[in-house]
Amino acid sequence: MLLINCPYCGERPEPEFVYGGQAHIARPAQPAGVEAQDWADYLYRRDNVRGVHAERWRHTRGCGRFFNALRDTTTDHFLATYKVGEPRPAAGGTR
Amino acid sequence: MADLAHARTAPLVDENRWLRMLPDVCRWVLRGDEPVRAAAEAALGLPVPAEACRAGTSGERAALWLGPDEWLLIAPEGQEGLADRLARALEGRPHSLVDVSHRQVGLLVHGDVATTLLASGCPLDLSDRAFPVGMCTRTVLAKAEVVLWRTGVDEFRLEVWRSFAPYVTQFLAESARGTI
Repeated sequence: MLLINCPYCGERPEPEFVYGGQAHIARPAQPAGVEAQDWADYLYRRDNVRGVHAERWRHTRGCGRFFNALRDTTTDHFLATYKVGEPRPAAGGTR
Repeated sequence: MADLAHARTAPLVDENRWLRMLPDVCRWVLRGDEPVRAAAEAALGLPVPAEACRAGTSGERAALWLGPDEWLLIAPEGQEGLADRLARALEGRPHSLVDVSHRQVGLLVHGDVATTLLASGCPLDLSDRAFPVGMCTRTVLAKAEVVLWRTGVDEFRLEVWRSFAPYVTQFLAESARGTI
């Protein structure tokens, strides 16, 4: 079974987790001043990476916390997991 | 036709040696930061663990770590007053204290088949090394979310949402049929 290293609980089985979409997407500080196209991009446009992808995961059936992970989308290997707010680790590949 | 309504309300527990229903208790979920945890510990006279996935006990009271800012507090029935004491101690600190006494029921899975039965539906490593006595966590058992707490080498306490209890007990009974 795929084990995911929760930054709070340690290595735990994958059925306890849910995927939470691409990580490090910052909400514009002043939404009212954002162009419609930029706002649409913020809301809807996501990378579709072949390789290392930074993404959010939630340990729903564990500690309940969101965290970020670097996962290789071609192999499904998790290269790193880190807490929300921490910078993306250097580990691996292209964005 | 079998009476399904009865099956839903009467879990298959009483007949089993390795599974029994635990008496009703008072339960609260406490959420807050580190100062809240420390204040709760002082107010309750009960270790409220800062360490992940550990339970602190004092007599029949227990505090189970569920998340970095979340604990399940358990006390015997009749100690409802603890909540007031805790609320007073936490006054002025941002926190949440919710009574969930009747949201869930406690089950005890015990005996040398306990880990085997639980492993039929729980993906965690339940060996002594990976899941020692005193460890607790929220996890899944088959399709149900449960809190699993190892209270002894061959003894696990399950906290199951009330409406899931018939499913969980029947699932364990079913796995026992193939195991024991």
